[in-house]
Amino acid sequence: MKKYILSTGNISPQQTFGQPFTQAEIITYTGNRMAAAEPDYSKLIDVKLIRRMSRIIKLGVAAAMECLQKANINAPDAIITGTAYGCLQDTEVFLTRLVENKEELLAPTAFIQSTHNTVGAQIALMLKCHAYNNTFVHRGFSFESALLDGCLLLEEQKANTVLIGGIDEITDTSHAILTRLGLYRRGAKGGEGAAFFLLANQPSGSDYARLDGMETLYKPKTVRDVEAAIQSFLAANGIGMHDVDLVITGQNGDAKGDAIYKQLSAVVWNNTPATGFKHLCGEYPTATAFALWLAAEILKEGKAPPAVGQVTVDKPVKRILICNHFQNIHHSFFLLTAC
Amino acid sequence: MSTKVFVAGVGVISSIGNKVAENLHALEHSKPGMGEMSLLQSVHKTLPVAEVKRSNAELVAATGLPAHTTRTALLSSIAAREAFDDAAIPGFDRLRTGFISANTVGGMDKSEDFFVTFHANAATGRLRDVVNHECGSATEIVADQLGIRNYISTISTACSSSANAIFFGARLIKYGQLDVVIAGGADALAKFTLNGFNSLMILDQEFCKPFDENRKGLNLGEGAGYVVLVSEKVAATLNKPVYCSLSGYCNANDAYHQTASSPDGTGSFLAMKGALEQSGLTAADISYINLHGTGTQNNDIAEGAAIKQLFAPHYPKMSSTKSFTGHTLGGCGGIEAVFSVLSIKHGITYPNLRFHTQMKELPFAPETSFSKNVPVQHVLSNSFGFGGNCSSLIFSTL
Repeated sequence: MKKYILSTGNISPQQTFGQPFTQAEIITYTGNRMAAAEPDYSKLIDVKLIRRMSRIIKLGVAAAMECLQKANINAPDAIITGTAYGCLQDTEVFLTRLVENKEELLAPTAFIQSTHNTVGAQIALMLKCHAYNNTFVHRGFSFESALLDGCLLLEEQKANTVLIGGIDEITDTSHAILTRLGLYRRGAKGGEGAAFFLLANQPSGSDYARLDGMETLYKPKTVRDVEAAIQSFLAANGIGMHDVDLVITGQNGDAKGDAIYKQLSAVVWNNTPATGFKHLCGEYPTATAFALWLAAEILKEGKAPPAVGQVTVDKPVKRILICNHFQNIHHSFFLLTAC
Repeated sequence: MSTKVFVAGVGVISSIGNKVAENLHALEHSKPGMGEMSLLQSVHKTLPVAEVKRSNAELVAATGLPAHTTRTALLSSIAAREAFDDAAIPGFDRLRTGFISANTVGGMDKSEDFFVTFHANAATGRLRDVVNHECGSATEIVADQLGIRNYISTISTACSSSANAIFFGARLIKYGQLDVVIAGGADALAKFTLNGFNSLMILDQEFCKPFDENRKGLNLGEGAGYVVLVSEKVAATLNKPVYCSLSGYCNANDAYHQTASSPDGTGSFLAMKGALEQSGLTAADISYINLHGTGTQNNDIAEGAAIKQLFAPHYPKMSSTKSFTGHTLGGCGGIEAVFSVLSIKHGITYPNLRFHTQMKELPFAPETSFSKNVPVQHVLSNSFGFGGNCSSLIFSTL
């Protein structure tokens, strides 16, 4: 199912929003938390609305609005979001008041905005968009599920354009808990962001890239299973590894998790240049949305922007394979081609 | 590719029973599941809730899952397993299988306890109580138990979550991606949701009265419901007849307010109309509507207005089984899908308990008694939620 990426909108720990990323300098982070660089929202969202929105809602809505504005579309045929953690800040605010006030005299606002579909709902509300609206919340497959749903709608001819986004936020509480759970123990840094895409069945003539396919793999038993899945994914798309110009991997600095990419690299892409992306956005369950955005940027330019760092490709980048895993539970692969 | 999608198995656990047969018995004998709070620990003791009448320890024993498993995962496991066993699909391991579940607050029933300790001191709180907080966690616990690996996902669109899970599962089968999908959803009662709905002042202090002129709000419930969806090819290999087909589905957004429905029920109307179009049916073909019917002022008038617009002047039988189960949030689309399937299978329709006074804005009233031996060809099941997320499903006889 080949789909065209008409436009993108991305708020991340890098300068990815409202300006070309081609010349942006990398922002480096010390410590284990990479926070999204929030833009001036007032250019995209009504000031009265901004005041009521929590951080993740602002991140998501602004990224979605930029994506739509770039394509000059204000009524997509579907709005589909993926978020593993949902609206943590509002959840936490409501929980805190619940505990502190012993379940008495609670204001409903935080509860109302705590539901996982809030970002998708707010986008629909702002656009007065009655179209298909869905939210996937499956950990490291949240964004992948949203993307599959959107591609299916296009395939079923139920939609001409679908707006798809991956959004997750870090709060002080979630960061403390994830740190205690050991996610950043071996070198990974926590990240967050909101990346949206407008996908279409037909090329527009000015697309970022073409999404050729996406595949997920749940809890592989061995790295060989991952290797086989990648090979069959490429074969299903009628290509081999030699047709891929650049591999973008989900290496995140965690020695154990990165060992998987090292093994794959030795076998699957030993002759193909590879780069990571989580040094730019950090690790989070919907980080593949950032990876897809980066791949689209690279394919539009034909080369990797300087902020990506050292990656030598001796020809224009025409085809990219993204290989990511989250906690070695959720593996996903994306294949993109330049338009 | 499969042009039709069939229901081959059903499973349900709710306040009116721990399995399908018990739920049916309660529905037939007008026995609602609401009552005094006994398992949920909340200061709002006077609010009626529709609890599953089994403690976590009993659910752990019944499922074989670890003792600290979230209640949502435990409920999900019971109902999904019943549906799986009911379908008894030959050669299941050789098929491309999926588990698509739904819930609204993930492992909140445990994480809200964790948070009390954590809030006092961020270095404390048992991590095993928060490790399954994410919505997707319950899905994986159950998928792993059932040995489903090809495709797993979780949807959260508030009260329409599990209707969307069923809908998505059917599309994956139609597209040829999967052969079998167990789809539905679950939610356990939690202080978080009870207090959330209480802060919105939409909880009835008494047992709820959906579609009644004097309705005062909803009662929260808990439970899980799943259907086993199969392709035409798999249906042909079964050793018993399928229940029905899933002939129509549609998802639309009300785009009116984060929590309130528009007065004319735009989203509800679009969802029902779209589902009819998808199934190739007209409003007159619908035999029974399983209403979303929460019992709040706002939902019932919006849903009613949309039904009036779509069905006037001839109205099918309709009722809200939330008058039995309470509003089970992420579970209701799944539970009510099971009730809809059983309605077709057994030729039965359900009463809308405690209905006394017709709403003055509406020219129709819900069913007040259980009916047997009625021809039920097509059932429309509505699930509408916060965020304007509205979904309708249509189940049809073969």
